Amino acid sequence: MPETTSTEPSGPAVADRAGRSRDAAAAVARFAAVPTVGPLAALLLACLFFSLSTDRFLTGGNLSLVVQQVMEVGTLAVGQTVVILTAGIDLSNGAVMAFGTIVMTRLAVGGDVPAPLAIVIGVVVCAAFGAVNGGLVTMARLPSFIVTLGTLNIAFALTHIYSHEQTVTGLPKALTALGETFPLGDTDVTYGSVVMLVLFAVAWYVLRFTAAGRHVYAVGDNPEAARLTGVSTRRLLITVYTVAGAVYGLAGLLLVGRTTVGDPQAGQTDNLDSITAVVLGGVSLFGGRGSIVGVLFGALIVGVIRNGLQLMGVASVYQVLITGILVILAVGVDRLARRRRQ
Amino acid sequence: MSPILEAHGLVKRYGHVTALDGADFELLPGEILAVIGDNGAGKSTLIKALSGALVPDEGRILLDGRPVHFHSPADARRAGIETVYQDLAVAPALDIAANLFLGREVRRKGVLGKVFRLLDTRRMQSEADAHMRDLKIGIGSMSQAVETLSGGQRQGVAVARSAAFARHVVIMDEPTAALGVKESGMVVDLIREVRERGLPVILISHDIPTVFDVADRIHIQRLGRRVAVVGPGDVDMAEAVAIMTGAAPGNTTRRD
Repeated sequence: MPETTSTEPSGPAVADRAGRSRDAAAAVARFAAVPTVGPLAALLLACLFFSLSTDRFLTGGNLSLVVQQVMEVGTLAVGQTVVILTAGIDLSNGAVMAFGTIVMTRLAVGGDVPAPLAIVIGVVVCAAFGAVNGGLVTMARLPSFIVTLGTLNIAFALTHIYSHEQTVTGLPKALTALGETFPLGDTDVTYGSVVMLVLFAVAWYVLRFTAAGRHVYAVGDNPEAARLTGVSTRRLLITVYTVAGAVYGLAGLLLVGRTTVGDPQAGQTDNLDSITAVVLGGVSLFGGRGSIVGVLFGALIVGVIRNGLQLMGVASVYQVLITGILVILAVGVDRLARRRRQ
Repeated sequence: MSPILEAHGLVKRYGHVTALDGADFELLPGEILAVIGDNGAGKSTLIKALSGALVPDEGRILLDGRPVHFHSPADARRAGIETVYQDLAVAPALDIAANLFLGREVRRKGVLGKVFRLLDTRRMQSEADAHMRDLKIGIGSMSQAVETLSGGQRQGVAVARSAAFARHVVIMDEPTAALGVKESGMVVDLIREVRERGLPVILISHDIPTVFDVADRIHIQRLGRRVAVVGPGDVDMAEAVAIMTGAAPGNTTRRD
């Protein structure tokens, strides 16, 4: 958090001037080192490119669509970011979200449960999955990669068993409300997009301005140091995975809102897409470094490229190709920065 | 002068291995007490017992004359005993102030702090700055990431953290083991600064010359027991090493 550099104004004017230019150089270096600068630059470049290539890109309606298209993956990425900051990874988030959507929709449609209660139960089930992940990572000391690979399969199987492979339709209004839009000027904005942005804002506040957020970074940075200085690392990790699970449940609600059905096939590549957003956002997969604001840009980069190429009439596999190249570039940059620090 | 921290007859066994075999310990107010001993002599087990990292099987620990029972490092810390570890227990990506206050963050007063859990970053920065100045550690900005510091400066952050929060005792477990010669010298100066502030220091070290340079008294540990307590002026380094390795007898008798 580079904010203040106060040096006493002392010494002769020449030295002062030299100091000042050094300060300026340091300020530039600090600006470039802010983890969100790279992702923001990449996002703006992509926007610039598509604004010049197609005149339909830079319209309110289209930009609103871009945000709406990334709202589940963006929301999943909020949970994924916090997990990755603790030097973990969550492969289960897409499958957990899908299970959450099936729980919500089946309870509300066939189960005679009032829709709001069904939503709450769905979110709680997702949070419970997160708690299991966190419990296994901390108590059994298993690698998060393996734990969440296991819960990915469990959630996937439960989704298919509970749904009987049937898409749930005819949902009550409460379940699809977040897919509705409201007018902002002459642009229609989806409520779900706002929910995603609010989640990003809350996560940003907690990570940046509270002790809990600092502990998340510390645990990812040097877990032993965190433990020795009195951070309860176990409790913190279990909380992180559980809250991430609840966020995946909300992502499920957004998905239901957008698609207006409960689809057991949904979200199968969303785990990797959320990791893509996190990595493009400049968060280190080694933990402890990066900003959630960058992840929002990372999610939007994927959305913008997909949308822009669609508008240009380019086949969608090229979007996948470009995303793949960007991911490798982003990880490479992180690696380089890491090596330079050591 | 009555001891500030003392231990009597500490025993710790790991299966067949007896790491502590009735060890005694005494730290006097305002002193730097060095603990030396060969590998396997039980110094780190002794220190872990005193810092709450392990619970001894037998024996008593008294802080300021009152018996204490530590079940975790957090217990010892609450009792006013802080530990500096050899492996630079800092979070490199966090800034100096954040590291100093890690696990003890200060929140804003009123609703912002109570409800919104907002950290008082400015206050922590200025207090961190005051602590670092107090120990004469010259580092420009408290918002600098710890990874931009040298090894000695990083250990300086860890020492400042301990000195800032310790009320009774600072334990330093091989604080110079990971450092070069010049950096070690810096940390040794810091150890003296901590004593100047009235805090007694327990220094565990392999570095015999440093121990003789800085310590007021030297506790020599051998085969799980304290075999001698010497002043650096009373014996020379060769004699101390002889006691450490068992080539010469110690000067304390075992109390059973």
